Amino acid sequence: MSGSGSSSPMIEISGLTKRFGPFVAVDNVSFDVPKGQVLGFLGPNGAGKSPSMKMITGFLAMTVGDVRVCGHDVETNPMAAQKRMGYLPEGAPAYGEMTPIDFLRFIAEIRGLRGADAANAIGLAVERTTLAPVLDQPIETLSKGFKRRVGLAQAILHDPDVLIMDEPTDGLDPNQKHQVRLLIQEMSQDKAIIISTHILEEVEAVCDRALIIDRGRIVADGTPAELMGRSRWHDAVTMTAEFAAAEDVAAADAALRALPGTSSVEHSEGDGPSNSFTIFAAPRPDDTSPPLAEQVAVLAQDKGWQVKALYAEKGRLDEVFRMLTHSDAPDGGKPDIVAHEEISA
Amino acid sequence: MSQMYAIFKRELGSFFATPLAYVFIVIFLLAIGAFTFYLGQWYEAGEASLRGFFGFHPWLYLFLIPAISMRMWAEERKSGTMELLLTLPAPFWASVVGKYLAAWAFAAIALVLTFPIWITVNYLGEPDNGVIFASYIGSLLMAGGYLAIGSCMSAVTTNQVIAFVLSVVVCFLFTLSGLPLVLDFFAGWVPQAVLNTIAGFSFVTHFDAIMDGVIDVRDIVYFASLIAFWLVATGIVIDLKRAG
Repeated sequence: MSGSGSSSPMIEISGLTKRFGPFVAVDNVSFDVPKGQVLGFLGPNGAGKSPSMKMITGFLAMTVGDVRVCGHDVETNPMAAQKRMGYLPEGAPAYGEMTPIDFLRFIAEIRGLRGADAANAIGLAVERTTLAPVLDQPIETLSKGFKRRVGLAQAILHDPDVLIMDEPTDGLDPNQKHQVRLLIQEMSQDKAIIISTHILEEVEAVCDRALIIDRGRIVADGTPAELMGRSRWHDAVTMTAEFAAAEDVAAADAALRALPGTSSVEHSEGDGPSNSFTIFAAPRPDDTSPPLAEQVAVLAQDKGWQVKALYAEKGRLDEVFRMLTHSDAPDGGKPDIVAHEEISA
Repeated sequence: MSQMYAIFKRELGSFFATPLAYVFIVIFLLAIGAFTFYLGQWYEAGEASLRGFFGFHPWLYLFLIPAISMRMWAEERKSGTMELLLTLPAPFWASVVGKYLAAWAFAAIALVLTFPIWITVNYLGEPDNGVIFASYIGSLLMAGGYLAIGSCMSAVTTNQVIAFVLSVVVCFLFTLSGLPLVLDFFAGWVPQAVLNTIAGFSFVTHFDAIMDGVIDVRDIVYFASLIAFWLVATGIVIDLKRAG
């Protein structure tokens, strides 16, 4: 049982690799997930998210690598690892002809829950996923949202230490998404959770850490805020103001460019006198200088501009995502290392 | 063991959750009745035995058993539940064996429902009930053999129709090899030992032996090893597919 102590990470992955013939689906991926962390696994379609999750849960055999869940090697002792793990496979598969209650009873039985334990576990999972209204309808007749929640209930039934979910909110409406995210946050305290998604707002909403994977390799690893910090839009300020004359616009543009925190300014004309400026922030070497938004606000006040709107951006995760990953075009993108330098430059 | 029982129960229940089970049982009983009374001319034969009835079993099984087994793994893979099943903390063999036993139990239920014909033959005459009982055992073993082949064929593909066709073809070979059609082709130019081996692969050869009323250890061993072989093959096929 070495390594299952509270100090060591609950999920340890090193050198995980999967080859399908000459195609490398997952390429030397290594990361750990400690208790209490929600890790967002991001990447374009086909980047290797699903194969990675299938290997972590012991469904897909790995070509090379080592995966430990709560100290148990998934390859040599899959059952011990699977006992501690809940898994929601892609598409939340379930036996369509069964009713949710029968399905959950089946899962409970396989997981070794009996009698009152099973009833309590099922009751709690049903409550958390609000499945009660459909418990006696065949799963194949349920809406997509309910089907997904049946899959979730199944995954959390035995209150696992490790939860792996492949696109848990895919196909849900905004209310249901919100509900699932709340559930994930609620459970995150005493679990290690990995969710894969390509919904970037989800990462900001629930994840403590995001891992971007592209063509089977990890290209970024950090908190959502850190990743957003790499964005050109990080700390950028958008200001909409009204100017009477074209000279005033040019003057404003120049004044904004002159600010110490500015790296560049983009200007677009709106209706009539309305003008919109996006001021991108230069990297701040120290935190003594005021943030760019403050600098812009002070400037606008000094100059007496008719400001209609002024807001600061945290950064755009989708931009970082696009910068770091390639969609289908093989070798069409730039090497990752250049992309990194571009951001910090 | 308890996981295998859970899988067995779920699988058997799923047969009866859809019309499949009822359609199958009705067709099986109608077909066996029609074969026995019309084709088999059971009344005309004027013999108090169920030989004619059992004689049709290999042929009926050839088409009906693959209909039971075709969904066993093909559907599981297609709907993605295989990923769920194989990531639950249950030994791999528990899934293979549990699902297989459920299908076999279902076939047994269909077979048991032919009991009226046993009652009828006892009402009309005085048959050797020992022989009939042995024949039922033999028929059940044979159904198990067909199902094990069907299990493996179902693991090969996600398409149930392909699984069905493959099963029928392979089962057909295992049925055919004991018939004069095949044996006469080889007779005369291959050694008797080889001929016996070819015949020995056939379900019919072993089933006929049991239908004589003697359950020989060799026939039991034949069916048991055949079933074991195809179940191991099922496991290997699933494992290979899992490795990508």
